[in-house]
Amino acid sequence: MGTILKAQELSKSYKNGGHALTVLDNISFSVEEKLTVSIVGPSGSGKTTLLGLCAGLDRPSSGNVELNNIKLNDLNEDERARVRNQYVGFIFQNFQLMPTLTALENVMVPLELRGEKNIRPIAIALLDKVGLSDRISHYPVQLSGGEQQRVSMARAFSTSPKILFADEPTGNLDEEASKNVVKLLFDLNREAGTTLILVTHNLELAAQTSRVIKLKGGKMVSDQNSVIDAG
Amino acid sequence: MQVSRVIYKIKWLLKMAWRDSRRNRSRLILFGSSVILGIAALVAVYSLEDNLRRNVDIQAATLIGADLEISGNRPANDTITRLMDSISSVQSHERSFASMIYFPKGNGSRLVQVRALQGPFPYYGILETIPGNAQQSFRNRRAALLDRALMLQYDAMPGDSVQIGEVTFVIEGALLKAPGQTGLSASIAPVVYIPMKYLDQTGLMQKGSRIGYRYYLKFTKAVNTDALVKNIEQRLDANGYNFDTVESEKEDTGRSFRDLTNYLEIVGLIALLLGCIGVASAIHIYVREKIGTIAILRCLGAKSSDAFLIFLIQITCIGIFCSLAGAALGTLIQQFLPYLIQDLIPFKIESSLSWPSITQGIGVGIIISILFALLPLVSVRKISPLNTLRISFQQSRPSRDPVRWLVNVLIVSFVLLFMYMQLHNFMKAIVLLAGILAAFAALIGMAALLMWLVKKFFPASWSYVWRQGLSNLYRPNNQTFLMVMAIGFGTAFICTLFLVQSLLVDRVKFSSSGEQPNIVLFDIQSDQRNELLQIAKQQGLPVRPTVPIVSMRLEQVNDLKSSQVQEDTSREQSMRLFSREYRVTFRDTITPYEKVVEGTWKGKVDPAGTIYISIEKGFASRFNLKLGDTLHFNVQGAMVETVISSFREVEWFRIQANFLVVFPVGVLEEAPQFHVFLTHTPTQEASVKFQQETVKRFPNISIIDLDLVLSTLNDLLDKIAFVIRFIAIFSIITGLVVLVSSIRISRYQRMQENVLLRTLGASGKQVLWITALEYFFLGSMAAAAGIIIAFAASWSLAHFNFESPLNPEFLPVVIIYLSIAAITVITGMLNSRGTLNRPPLEILREEV
Repeated sequence: MGTILKAQELSKSYKNGGHALTVLDNISFSVEEKLTVSIVGPSGSGKTTLLGLCAGLDRPSSGNVELNNIKLNDLNEDERARVRNQYVGFIFQNFQLMPTLTALENVMVPLELRGEKNIRPIAIALLDKVGLSDRISHYPVQLSGGEQQRVSMARAFSTSPKILFADEPTGNLDEEASKNVVKLLFDLNREAGTTLILVTHNLELAAQTSRVIKLKGGKMVSDQNSVIDAG
Repeated sequence: MQVSRVIYKIKWLLKMAWRDSRRNRSRLILFGSSVILGIAALVAVYSLEDNLRRNVDIQAATLIGADLEISGNRPANDTITRLMDSISSVQSHERSFASMIYFPKGNGSRLVQVRALQGPFPYYGILETIPGNAQQSFRNRRAALLDRALMLQYDAMPGDSVQIGEVTFVIEGALLKAPGQTGLSASIAPVVYIPMKYLDQTGLMQKGSRIGYRYYLKFTKAVNTDALVKNIEQRLDANGYNFDTVESEKEDTGRSFRDLTNYLEIVGLIALLLGCIGVASAIHIYVREKIGTIAILRCLGAKSSDAFLIFLIQITCIGIFCSLAGAALGTLIQQFLPYLIQDLIPFKIESSLSWPSITQGIGVGIIISILFALLPLVSVRKISPLNTLRISFQQSRPSRDPVRWLVNVLIVSFVLLFMYMQLHNFMKAIVLLAGILAAFAALIGMAALLMWLVKKFFPASWSYVWRQGLSNLYRPNNQTFLMVMAIGFGTAFICTLFLVQSLLVDRVKFSSSGEQPNIVLFDIQSDQRNELLQIAKQQGLPVRPTVPIVSMRLEQVNDLKSSQVQEDTSREQSMRLFSREYRVTFRDTITPYEKVVEGTWKGKVDPAGTIYISIEKGFASRFNLKLGDTLHFNVQGAMVETVISSFREVEWFRIQANFLVVFPVGVLEEAPQFHVFLTHTPTQEASVKFQQETVKRFPNISIIDLDLVLSTLNDLLDKIAFVIRFIAIFSIITGLVVLVSSIRISRYQRMQENVLLRTLGASGKQVLWITALEYFFLGSMAAAAGIIIAFAASWSLAHFNFESPLNPEFLPVVIIYLSIAAITVITGMLNSRGTLNRPPLEILREEV
């Protein structure tokens, strides 16, 4: 298995008034393909910032990110967008569905961006897989939180990504919905053979991944294989 | 392969534009409504102009009724007669003068313009009469054609008699229209046609009578009019004659309504600019609400240009739709505009679709929709996908975006070009643009000042509701700048229109009460004065001295002779000085309504024999006359040398005999002259009685009933004012639409905040008060800022353009201020009313 993600000495600072606020400080790690990794830490530890850098959504103040052997720092914004469309899937805490598109249309968008044809059956099949075949023409506002997150997952897997970034996927869900979403996430991930990078503050959820990277105060405090993997 | 990919991409962009517009269409239409109104105003004005121009072209020949018209105030001498005979043998002659006519049947009399006609004029068009054959049959007998309105006024019918001078004519028919006649001129001095052969018998052709001589020529072969004009112009000028061709008549007619159409174009331009503001502010808020969607697209792999193009497609489609709707509305309105101005135009306006105007309006509408939406749209390219995770605080600063600067330059260039096309003057366009940019800067400054003042002097001890309302003005994501600019600009335009209207439609304020004269008699011969004054005295009317009037021409000013000016066609200004006829008076004192502003008044001839005259100040300035200049006048053959000793200011709008030139006593007493007499008749009956007595005794004396004239003038001014206000209404409505749409489009953001407040426990009353206070401060500040700008703009226009003082009425301004503030508050509160009676989540779901 090759390395799908490599972070080298990543740092990120923001200017706030006259002071610099360092959110990430010299983070380095690499991730092999098909692994599941969680990034945990208390609020403000830099988890979401690290996820954003790794996914190419943001630029580091210093350091490099290599995604699928592509140096993201060398790319402009449009090239990064193409990389995301080709290799990356996203699942967000607040679902991030487009409110004026139906569930089906939301799932189709990444495929449409690729220029693929005959994508409707693919999207319908994915929605069926997540248990929403009867809701394909509903708008996000007509779906519950759990249902929206399932649509979001269908969208994330529609392009068969090499790596999936999930930012607190159960953060806005109740316990029951969270369990269902987590199960579905891991099932789909296993089926698709995707590398999963999961940001969470939920240690139980993190324990379901094969590796846990802990952050605190913007620094990496530990990087361990989890019990599941060790076992 | 590449082509199919491009086609797929285009289809996808169109699909996404359509999808994203769901649930947003009413918002997009709202922004488009300001475009609709602006384009409607523009198309209406352009179409009217186009129709007028086309009608002038088509009907030009009927404007003068001949190929060439030669006119003067004395009969053609041998030179001119030979000249005319050399041009064409087909001629008609006309003599016209003002005179009273008397209706024996109803015992009524009226001042009319008598036209004694010889020959088959008009050669183009006809004298429209009822019955139709009257326009020919009256020429063969002692008959007259009377203006229809005149006949209606005096209840006269064909077959009745009318007395003109010493002759009684039979009314042959009612005159509906004659070449070059407008409804306006007909209502002030209605036209009466009589055959020339009876003119001498009327006894109205006396020495000193002001008679107009016209000669109408029809070319019998093709003539190069320009060459002809060059050939005859100097000879006619030298002999004191004027001429008109079809081309010059076209130009004159066009010029006469150009001021009106120019103003209407400016008003249309203002409506359009307001529409631009509406577009920019609405799209700015629309884009802000789309940040999340755009960030998601970027996350999923869309390029920044994809997101930009999706919204550009939406706006272009709305722009096309609204421009078409605006053009349709403008075309509809234009069908009615000619009815409003028909009385001012000497031909019937045939209204038709003006495709160039419609095309231009649609094109302009699409351009401004796209151009002004580009400004907020370019920021779409910079929206980071990081916004899916959190709001990105490190978005690139707008000032560093070169594309933004390019868009700014494009907008300014377009606005400048458009203004130049409207104003036909590059400097004026630059000045107007600079004024608008200055207004923007002032509004931005005032918005910043408002925010600073609120922060600096924040009333921490006030109640929560006041503090929340005030702090909404400066919190992140506030709308203060946008609202102050949109509302302030709209207010500035609305208020400027009101202030400028009163300048343009400046009514002649005559006093008809008290002892102010309301009846004027002229063409009074010297030997008729005493008897006339006696009649007035007998009837108990105020008797003032008559005013003598002597006609003369100017032959030389210092060393400059009239003949030198005629040879040098570049001296147009000087030509006007020498070509006109001067009607002067003589007296030894100034009147109570004049003021000597420079020099010394000399009411008597100097012992050394120098004749010192007084000139009206404005006239002197226009023709660069100075104190001490020597003027040589030709007083009906006798040369009189005079020196300017004083300049006077004259109250032209007073009912009195006002003069550009006043001679001292002791010079003109023996010159051929006529007199003017002004008096006041207390009632209509007294006026009629006096007029009847005078006309019977002195048929040559002309009488103007000023009450009737003023009433006609006021009717006319009302019509002009109505047309101006009708078009200005578009600007005003557009301004209001911009205001309302800016507030409405930000509804969702407001609603989120209000729902949160309700969730936290705020009462409905508190939520409404917070909203009301925020919008009250916004609306008041913006309205006040707009009014200040309006005053500055109106003062500049009054001072530099119209050269008259600005005398604003403050009540309309106060009403505008209160109305704008009220509309802002009411619209803001309407935004919030939905949050009061329904569960918060229900509201949010519906809105999303």
